[in-house]
Amino acid sequence: MNRWFTTADENAASGGMTGLVGAFSLEPTMNISPDSLVLWEWGPVRLNATILFTWLVMALLTIASWLITRRLSTSVTLSRGQAILETLVTVVQGQIRDAAQQEPGRYLTFIGTLFLFIATSNLLSIVPGFQPPTGSLSTTTALALCVFVTVPLFGIRQQGLRGYLRQYLQPSPIMLPFNIIGEISRTLALAVRLFGNVMSGTIIAGVLLTIVPLFFPVIMQVLGLVTGMIQAYIFAILTMVYIASATRAHQTSQAQQVRAQMRASDESNQKEQDHP
Amino acid sequence: MTELAIVAAASIITAGLTIAIGSIGPALGEGRAVAQALSAIAQQPDESNTITRTLFVGLAMVESTAIYCFVVTMILIFVNPFWNLFVERAGG
Repeated sequence: MNRWFTTADENAASGGMTGLVGAFSLEPTMNISPDSLVLWEWGPVRLNATILFTWLVMALLTIASWLITRRLSTSVTLSRGQAILETLVTVVQGQIRDAAQQEPGRYLTFIGTLFLFIATSNLLSIVPGFQPPTGSLSTTTALALCVFVTVPLFGIRQQGLRGYLRQYLQPSPIMLPFNIIGEISRTLALAVRLFGNVMSGTIIAGVLLTIVPLFFPVIMQVLGLVTGMIQAYIFAILTMVYIASATRAHQTSQAQQVRAQMRASDESNQKEQDHP
Repeated sequence: MTELAIVAAASIITAGLTIAIGSIGPALGEGRAVAQALSAIAQQPDESNTITRTLFVGLAMVESTAIYCFVVTMILIFVNPFWNLFVERAGG
């Protein structure tokens, strides 16, 4: 079954739940997933709303940044676009530096792209007719899979294959299955969290339109914008935290060695004091 | 009651219970987290940036529990697999 909602005809044929679903007459306003909106179909090729709006968001971001970065200036007067982009890059760099305690250079592109894509598609949901692609489980799963692949890559690059794999045996080899389960479940959590938040905004808007259609949905839309921004931020920050935890183990083991050396030297000092 | 009616009633009641029980825990936890963060900001206003960021990330983590319950509820109501199974079996 690839449609989230049965049509009115199917409902009428099947009976039972018809009364409940039909009473709210939600079918025209509510589509849980934009996957179910097929816009164009040709043989096995199928263009649904998710793909269309994903490409729209990507085109918007690419063209906008291309137009702006085409003529950058180093003089005192900046164009508006350049000021916006510079602010964005600086903020993302600062957040990465705060969250990971590392220089942001290597992670800036991945984290920044994730944040910009999710934030743009969530913010554009205020435009009538736009279905946010992040409200589809396929898109969020794809993003989460990107994180799932990227985190080990950064970890291996930082501390080598052996060093990265040894991390799964911490603190003891008994924890190996739990570490693996944790890796998988946090990927699932990333995907479902983003999907659930964006989808719940759409659903609540649809339900409110049938109950209090006049003014209240506007407030919920504004709240949805806030939620969308926070979710984009959280997705990016969580990715950064995961990458940091994959790359930082090396440093913490170094820190432990330093601490152990300091403790040893302290003890030897004490012994010297005890036995002059 | 027919089989279909039983499935429908069980799905709807379970959906309500899921979202009701599933939102209690996150609500209590989020309230506690916000209260703690507020008192922390009141004690150390200089650290409010760090506290706010950690608070938001933590709230999102806590809230995802409620979101999981919401997703399960939506599945139970709108894309219930058992419902479709029984409709097919009944030849509806």
